[in-house]
Amino acid sequence: MLDFPILSLLTFLPLLGAAFILTIRGEPEMVARNAKYVALYTSLFVLALAGYMLKNFDGSSGDFQFVEKVTWFPSLGISYHMGIDGISVFFVALSAFLTPICILASWDSIKKRVKEYMVAFMVLETFMIGTFCALDTVLFYIFFEAVLIPMFLIIGIWGGPRRVYAAFKFFLYTLLGSVLMLAALLALYFHAGSTDIPTLIASPVARNLQFWLFIAFFASFAVKMPMWPVHTWLPDAHVEAPTAGSVILAGVLLKMGGYGFLRFSIPMLPEAAEYFAPMIYWMSIAAIIITSLIALVQEDMKKLIAYSSVAHMGFVTLGIFTLTAQGVQGGLFQMISHGVISGALFLCVGVVYDRLHTREISRYGGIVKNMPIYATVFMLFMLGSVGLPGTSGFVGEFLVLLGAYRVDPVVAFFAATGVVLGAAYMLMLYRRVVFGPAVHQDAGEMQDLNWKELVNFVPLVALVLWLGILPGVVLDKTAASVNKLISQYEAGLVVTTPVDEPPRDAVQEPVE
Amino acid sequence: MTAAVWNWSEIIPALPEVFLAVSAMVLLVLGACQKNGGLKLIGTLSVAALAVAMVLTLKADWTPVTVFSGQFLSDGFSSYMKILVLGGLIATIMLSMRYLVQENMGRFEYPVLILLAGVGMMIMLSANSFLSLYVGLELQSLSLYVLAAIRRDDAKSSEAGLKYFVLGALASGMLLFGISLVYGYVGAVGFDAVADTLAAATAEGTVAPGAIIGMVFILVAIAFKVSAVPFHMWTPDVYEGAPTSVTALFAIVPKVAAIGLLMRLLFDPFVSLMPDWQQVVWFLSAASMAWGGFAGIVQGNIKRLFAYSSIGNIGFALVGIVAGTADGVAASILYMTIYMIMTAGTFGIIMMMRRNGVAVERITDLAGLSKTHPACAYAMTALMFSMSGIPPLAGFFGKLVVFQALIASGFYVLAVLGLVSSVVAAYYYLRIIKVMFFDEAEAPLDRESAPMRTLVLTLSIIFIAGFVLVPETLMHTSQEAAAVLLPAND
Repeated sequence: MLDFPILSLLTFLPLLGAAFILTIRGEPEMVARNAKYVALYTSLFVLALAGYMLKNFDGSSGDFQFVEKVTWFPSLGISYHMGIDGISVFFVALSAFLTPICILASWDSIKKRVKEYMVAFMVLETFMIGTFCALDTVLFYIFFEAVLIPMFLIIGIWGGPRRVYAAFKFFLYTLLGSVLMLAALLALYFHAGSTDIPTLIASPVARNLQFWLFIAFFASFAVKMPMWPVHTWLPDAHVEAPTAGSVILAGVLLKMGGYGFLRFSIPMLPEAAEYFAPMIYWMSIAAIIITSLIALVQEDMKKLIAYSSVAHMGFVTLGIFTLTAQGVQGGLFQMISHGVISGALFLCVGVVYDRLHTREISRYGGIVKNMPIYATVFMLFMLGSVGLPGTSGFVGEFLVLLGAYRVDPVVAFFAATGVVLGAAYMLMLYRRVVFGPAVHQDAGEMQDLNWKELVNFVPLVALVLWLGILPGVVLDKTAASVNKLISQYEAGLVVTTPVDEPPRDAVQEPVE
Repeated sequence: MTAAVWNWSEIIPALPEVFLAVSAMVLLVLGACQKNGGLKLIGTLSVAALAVAMVLTLKADWTPVTVFSGQFLSDGFSSYMKILVLGGLIATIMLSMRYLVQENMGRFEYPVLILLAGVGMMIMLSANSFLSLYVGLELQSLSLYVLAAIRRDDAKSSEAGLKYFVLGALASGMLLFGISLVYGYVGAVGFDAVADTLAAATAEGTVAPGAIIGMVFILVAIAFKVSAVPFHMWTPDVYEGAPTSVTALFAIVPKVAAIGLLMRLLFDPFVSLMPDWQQVVWFLSAASMAWGGFAGIVQGNIKRLFAYSSIGNIGFALVGIVAGTADGVAASILYMTIYMIMTAGTFGIIMMMRRNGVAVERITDLAGLSKTHPACAYAMTALMFSMSGIPPLAGFFGKLVVFQALIASGFYVLAVLGLVSSVVAAYYYLRIIKVMFFDEAEAPLDRESAPMRTLVLTLSIIFIAGFVLVPETLMHTSQEAAAVLLPAND
């Protein structure tokens, strides 16, 4: 245990950085340069701090660690309660890892309003890390929802031609899901008299109420994941967002949905989770197969990767709702791995986009000749996304399928077809962009990766291989918490919750 | 007739009102003696008078005390609401001084009328009988009718004034009709007597339907004043037609007073009819939230937009009243406080919208504001996100507490309806941000400095951004105010 509030530091240091950037004045160019450096150093410091946290994190315990608790809003019983366990620790690390990469990726490609851009990213980092550290439902909700503000601005100000449409769709879709979750959180608060997550996990909820609450939570997390059929905001948001926005969106924001399932839906509402699990299997399978097929016909690189994200998230939800240790571990691992790989794939798209200003697949081709390093890097991430053994993508999918097989072999069979389809669309993308005839002259004249880009890709490459070869570094730290989650879930099923008084519900409401 | 038992000490609880009324008279005479308007002097003195009244209210003894033969009541609830009203009036005058000069409306009657409206609102909030209630309400309304039409050579302003007056008179008529029904069936006009009689009748199950009908008429009249759907029709037209500074006043202050009055009525004389009025308020609240959300989407005029926004927000404030608990009332009070401060900031921006010396009020006139006036654009962005209820801004906490109270009382359907409406409303708040940040400006708005307005705007921003750090203070005060109203109700 550490003797300083590391989680608060992690969360609010970026905000401090943002405040500092805001005070920068002077020549526009100097301001832009200084803003970039401040953002980079702040995020690197946060990354170092996150590394230190990871090192001190005790993987043998499933309890919350680095806990901080301060009374904050006593008349509603809300406290500032932070803490992480094996489920959240890697999401914090992932957020801290991807932010400096995003800032580097935007170094030259963002030309207007650089200062505001960096402020938005710093604020975004605060909210992301806060979401994963919060142990109070209201605090969680504040961070979870606040993420929308910087992301809306990032898509809307620095995005592509249809950015306004995409930003609105992103914002309103997720907000609609979130407010339903807010209703559920308030109902939980009314029921258990607390907004404290550990307390809520420990207090059983009546079965009939569980179903309603589960649906409300599901509305929020399924949109955020996103699960088929509420995924349609994602391709739009991805296509229009600037490269770094896409990286963060795919890398971290989507994971908030999966994290929410693990933190709220399963431990707090076990009976409903069990009841709805079969429905979620089939929704996941639909996501995997349908969106893979959609990905096959995409002509836009970012859209293709966006659809592949939906398919990969289908694996995550499938794994989580197998409600077995393997499945949940697999889902968690898949989320972390997808965070790195899809982030990296969007960066790969960003590299060629910066040069040719188009994402159309058919405008490229044969670029392996002039961009060999790029082709190699891209291939590695492509294979990672396909799930080649030795890359991180393999471990997650394998564990998920293992968990699914234990629950229902038919489900596992259909899910496995997604692996084949995934290989099909990714290989096709790679073939059309990197190999094939070099028909476009401008594509053939593109420069290979410059050193800045290369530096940016190195940690991602290392991580994909490292996690693929030694998945234990993650799985060992998550195992205790996952086991605890599963035992909480099973204990929740055994407790025959008394049919206590039905909520004073809609029935009593006057209907006008 | 026996000699009236008149004790001078009775005036002490009403000192703020008396002071304000006397100041208004003095300023009226003083203004009439000034050459060419004297707006600046009278305006400054009005702010000072309001500030003094605020201090008097703040320093007064907050223990409940009834004076003037039971007509006037001063307690923690009324004092808290009065402080809100006075604060709102001060903010409004500070916001509008420059606008009045620019628009050639620099007449000294303007601040004096605001003072008189303030006296009316304070009497409303302290009313302890239907008679004093009516007097207060009419004093307030008449001052506001004149203000709406103060630009008498402008057709739109005159139209707004007339519309407001006609519909307001209709509401007053309903109020009187309701009061007479209640008097007829209950036999009293004092709140305490009505409450006792109704409580006894409820216990015996012999509440006269006429009394309930009377209560509904009174509710309808107040619904007119707070512009709850379906009694909101005047709001968009009046907001659009009235001079912007008057619109700001309408949006910021009278609703706080009317909501306070509504709380007083529902939880004091009519508390034993709660199941009956809950149905009515449930509908008012649901309809206001939904209509305020949907109808705002198609608006192009920013003042009209904020008319619908205010309708929606009243719906959210009513949510806390539907809950029918002390927590609910506290939540509503907090909601109105936050709403008032956000609106003050928003109108600070709207009054800034001038191009080549002419006030503009299309939403599209804000295009490119983030390039030409970055500070204003950021302030407006914070305000709009706060209005849509996005954490960590203050607006979120307002919504959080009202819905928390609502769900604790078991109204799940209304909670979901309200939350979904808030998403619909978020669309038009976001559209303003979109216009400021994502669109290019055609011609920039004027640059001008109005220190008073900037001060109000700055305070508003500090409040909405800083509320997250100390949510407890204000919540605690609201709870204390609510506890006065519902001492043993939970």
